[in-house]
Amino acid sequence: MHNKSLPWLNSIVLTLANIGLALLASVIVLSLTGVDIGAAISQIYHGAFGTQEGRGYTLYYATNFIFSGLGVALAWHAGLFNIGGEGQATLGGLGVAIICIQLDGLSLWLLIPASMLFCALFGAIWAFIPAWLNAYRSSNIVITTIMLNLIASSFLVYLLAGALKAPGQMAAVSESLSAASALPSMQSVMAFLGFNIVSTPLNISFLWALVCSAGLYYYLWYTKLGYETRVVGHSDESAHYAGIRSKRIVIITMMISGALIGFIGLNEVQGNSLQLNVDFVAGFGFAGIAVALMGRNNPLGIVIASILFGALYQGGSELAFNEESIGNNVIFLIQGLVVLFCGALQWMLKPTINYWLRPMEVTKEDKLPVR
Amino acid sequence: MENTFSWILLLDASLRLATPLMFAALAGFVSERAGVMDIGLEGKMLLGAFAAATIASVTGSAWQGVFAAIIVTGCFSLLHAFACITHKGDHVVSGLAINLLAAAVTALLAQRIFVQGGMTPILSDEQRLPTIEFPNIITHDDSIVSQLYWHLLSGHNVLVYLAFIVVFLAIYLMKYSTWGIVVLAAGDNPTALKRAGFSVSKIRYMAVIAGGCICGLSGAFLSIGHGAGFVENMTVGKGFIALAALIFGRWHPVGVMLSCLFFGFLEALAIRLQESRFSDVDSVIPIQLLEITPYVLTLCVLAGVIGKSAAPATLGKPMR
Repeated sequence: MHNKSLPWLNSIVLTLANIGLALLASVIVLSLTGVDIGAAISQIYHGAFGTQEGRGYTLYYATNFIFSGLGVALAWHAGLFNIGGEGQATLGGLGVAIICIQLDGLSLWLLIPASMLFCALFGAIWAFIPAWLNAYRSSNIVITTIMLNLIASSFLVYLLAGALKAPGQMAAVSESLSAASALPSMQSVMAFLGFNIVSTPLNISFLWALVCSAGLYYYLWYTKLGYETRVVGHSDESAHYAGIRSKRIVIITMMISGALIGFIGLNEVQGNSLQLNVDFVAGFGFAGIAVALMGRNNPLGIVIASILFGALYQGGSELAFNEESIGNNVIFLIQGLVVLFCGALQWMLKPTINYWLRPMEVTKEDKLPVR
Repeated sequence: MENTFSWILLLDASLRLATPLMFAALAGFVSERAGVMDIGLEGKMLLGAFAAATIASVTGSAWQGVFAAIIVTGCFSLLHAFACITHKGDHVVSGLAINLLAAAVTALLAQRIFVQGGMTPILSDEQRLPTIEFPNIITHDDSIVSQLYWHLLSGHNVLVYLAFIVVFLAIYLMKYSTWGIVVLAAGDNPTALKRAGFSVSKIRYMAVIAGGCICGLSGAFLSIGHGAGFVENMTVGKGFIALAALIFGRWHPVGVMLSCLFFGFLEALAIRLQESRFSDVDSVIPIQLLEITPYVLTLCVLAGVIGKSAAPATLGKPMR
């Protein structure tokens, strides 16, 4: 009579059902606001995948989503909720801009490692503060990271109004990095390999994002530190009995998480705009939460979810371009509903799914030997 | 004389800027004392502002706008309660979802309904909440008492006074009513409450919805009290400052009120400095320093540098 459940199947079905529910809710809300759904979907699809340029932009945005999704997911495995992505990405971009301005003229082979290092370092330092406060002063990491987001954004405004402000500019932007210090675009990489693609902001940080995803997978499931991270996330008490120094793990995890999210700055500043402006992070840090929830905190899932979000972002901005009244809000709406259904309400459908997917009950009559 | 007057005007502006913070922080107070964390204050504030401005502009009645704001934010906190209490979802994730949804839904609807780039039309004085002039018991003259009376105390929007009434109501209810004690218990010791025969879920539901309704007032003040219409993302982080005030005020109504007033004062000072920057002296304090003060102070409280933070014991943990 015992009811053996199928956890892996159930969890996949549950995830898909939650995503489906979120998308269904998006469709309902959008049609209630008077959007022509059929036209909007085909427009988003065409905008994101229809042209080579669209695909380039999709992957370019996906790069940001991968970095922030990975950062959020890593912290999640240690039981930490890092919603400080906005601040960590801001600091990452700041690090990139500072190093690129300071080391202007250096060969790219040296500049890229230096800017990556500084990007990671700045992001990690910004994540170190809440991590330390959490580990040693048991401060709530959600609140501290929110506060640090707001502090980072004011700090950036302060720097862009003063120390980093481009001379002779009215707008609050930094001076431009020289074109020679830009990350190689995918166009030039592909041209080197003999393929010809159109020019988009897509650059080698996309490849770095994929490397980071694979690296995170290896780190979490094949290294001692990753194992300890997951133990701490599962139960602080067990970690204590196993002799794991959980405070150390909290700090290391958060710093890696901050560094990963900081790489958004690399993609945005050195990869595309070559300039710091006030809102270059533009919600990518927060979006990592939706991405991580959709990807079930698994690096592969995150890459898939990021491409989906990148497509929405790119297709959605096409939508905003052609039909002015819709705007980027469609993306925020879908993000919000994904966070709601895949996050806050993720267990809502569990009883239903467990009911429908339960194994057939074996009764006594069935067990009779077949003659 | 000139100097005193400018100080009075600064305090007057502080009161005005502290009002939305007070409503939102009290909303967070009610919900968090019952054990449900609420980082969706920012979003609910925005929803309240949008609902109030829309209904006021459509019906022409400011009070119907206030009512609509309360209903809308109440509904969204019902969603929060449904996720956090019934389905034991993560409180932070749910609050975050509300913030994202609020930003998107208000902007989309505002664009769809009014087709003015995400704004409601500018509201006339009849569509806004009235200000209250105090009775004429003190003559208008240059004495400090008269100036305090006429410029600081009298002539505010009706919601400014309501904010203080809500604070005193919160103090009274928390200290002297069963309802208040039950809510405190739901956050500090739900097991004991359960053993005493109360339904923890029901109490938390009620507290979260009550908090949502109060938060609606904060939005209404922004769009039809202090302001004259809804603008996309008009809360610009006020919900998070309210959250900071809640922590800095240590989850106690008096503390919350005082920290809201203090943060309101900082904001007023920042605006004053920004105005004076172009006219006379270059200000010594960067405006951003004033902006981040609430957040830095909150970090210090959380770090235990300034006293001990006194969060409700089971805040953010679902009832087992």
